[in-house]
Amino acid sequence: MSDARWEAVIGIEIHAQLLTRTKMFCGCALSFGDDPNVHTCPVCLAHPGALPVTNREAVRLAIVAGHALGCEIAERSVFSRKNYFYPDLPKAYQISQYDEPVCLGGTFRYLTEDGERTVGITRAHLEEDAAKLIHTGGDGRRAGAESSVVDFNRGGTPLLEIVTEPDLRSGAEAAAFLKQLRQTLVQLGVTDGNMEQGSMRADANISVRPAGREAFGTKTELKNMNSFTFLERGITAEIARQIAVLEDGGTITQETLHYEPTPGEITSLRSKEEAHDYRYFPEPDLVPVVPDRAWVEEIRASLPELPIDRRERWMRDLGLTFEDAEVLSETAELAGYFEAVAAVAPPKSAANWVRGELRAQLRERGEEPWESEVTPAALGEIIAMAEAREISMPNAKAVLAEVVATGAAPREVVEAKGLGAISDETELIAIVDRLLAENAAQAQQLRDGRDKVVGFFVGQAMRATQGRADPARVGELVRERALGG
Amino acid sequence: MPAVIDADVVRHVARLARLALSEDERETMRRELSGILEHVDQVRGLDLSEVPPTTHAIPLQNVLRDDAPRPSLPTELALREAPEVAGGGFSVGRMG
Repeated sequence: MSDARWEAVIGIEIHAQLLTRTKMFCGCALSFGDDPNVHTCPVCLAHPGALPVTNREAVRLAIVAGHALGCEIAERSVFSRKNYFYPDLPKAYQISQYDEPVCLGGTFRYLTEDGERTVGITRAHLEEDAAKLIHTGGDGRRAGAESSVVDFNRGGTPLLEIVTEPDLRSGAEAAAFLKQLRQTLVQLGVTDGNMEQGSMRADANISVRPAGREAFGTKTELKNMNSFTFLERGITAEIARQIAVLEDGGTITQETLHYEPTPGEITSLRSKEEAHDYRYFPEPDLVPVVPDRAWVEEIRASLPELPIDRRERWMRDLGLTFEDAEVLSETAELAGYFEAVAAVAPPKSAANWVRGELRAQLRERGEEPWESEVTPAALGEIIAMAEAREISMPNAKAVLAEVVATGAAPREVVEAKGLGAISDETELIAIVDRLLAENAAQAQQLRDGRDKVVGFFVGQAMRATQGRADPARVGELVRERALGG
Repeated sequence: MPAVIDADVVRHVARLARLALSEDERETMRRELSGILEHVDQVRGLDLSEVPPTTHAIPLQNVLRDDAPRPSLPTELALREAPEVAGGGFSVGRMG
């Protein structure tokens, strides 16, 4: 925030659809983009008498997430009914958790260029998603729609709601936090994290207070931010709006706001009077979940290394930069690929090659490293040959291109195409001498002190040797032979 | 102390539950709800420090099911009870 007189206080609520095969309380399959109402049953349509049964895998994924968030996994957790009327909620209540959630009090660690930061996690609980409303007429939104239709395919999808403490101070911080939270949940297989399709959604509670004051200001809840960019922009805009209101001597009204990305506007949602009177009570149709402690520990023990731990280890032990580690840990697959290359090649070179040349060459083919013809061993071999100056850098890239296209063994490519570096110094000297003689004008410029001309000769030499010369060595030889040094 | 159930509270709760109550019905509700809260209050007077809150009448826990898909209803059947159908969905008319 630019204004030093005010401090923003932000907490985030995240809803993540869990990567189960079936819904939270019935055996209907989960899907996205199917025809409306093909995955429904008496339970998720709320037919009278139909009884919900909790999905064990949803509980397991909540425990996985709880461990990653540093939460305590509750000895016992209970489902509650959250009562309200809306067409996307056929029972007129949502089965959620209230005073006994599955995960309690944790800390999420995330990395910034300035080091590690933490966000307190208040709780994480299981609940079911609402159905999807399709609005027709108007601009496709509820407001102004001529009519609405309910598609219950999504109704009953397992959700994990994660609530943070008000520990964030800016839109940028919130976006960095959410990005890494998403990455962690995705890499642990908890959710697919697709924000555009709505399988991960974030709302922000925002207030501002005079810098240095302890007490919180009145907060608003900002919804509809389905990308990191919109989250950052939305929060930044709402902070600015609140500061402007307060500086004008006004007061903030507690309300739910909607962020409209295209004009970047914030609008008030229809104020639902009494909407927060949900009259929670324990769900009588479901019994408590008391996870076996051995199971909870087994889940903890089976967790892979968390992305932040991997990044910190790479920076500490492998000498990677913050940015190297950030880019290479983007997905579990890429991280695994890089580690396999780094096991057979100097890690810093491995990072440069994977991030740079390999990704650039594969991008044109629309391939990812781990699904390409280039095995980590092959890339490691190319790097090793380049570092030992057995092949020049341009030829190392050419070898990689061949491996990308055919999957051939790097060493065979070098031999078959005669790409091995010229190791015979006398051969190089002969070429340099010939070039100096053939290009007398440029040679004279060099002797007159125009060192830039060295590049011209290096280029000529590389062409003459089909890239098999070591450019650095050629440069040295050009100076030695021309200047007699 | 028992919470006061007055006419306003009854009206509020009835509105949350989408119930249209006549004045007589509201008075009956007021009396009955007050009676329930008085009863709860009597229970509160006991020493319950050793009694865990009851969330379920049956002493069962961990009734969980495997994450295995089961057939869903055919769409026509799912939509059969809908008052109105449009575009393969339950039509709910114009909202707000």
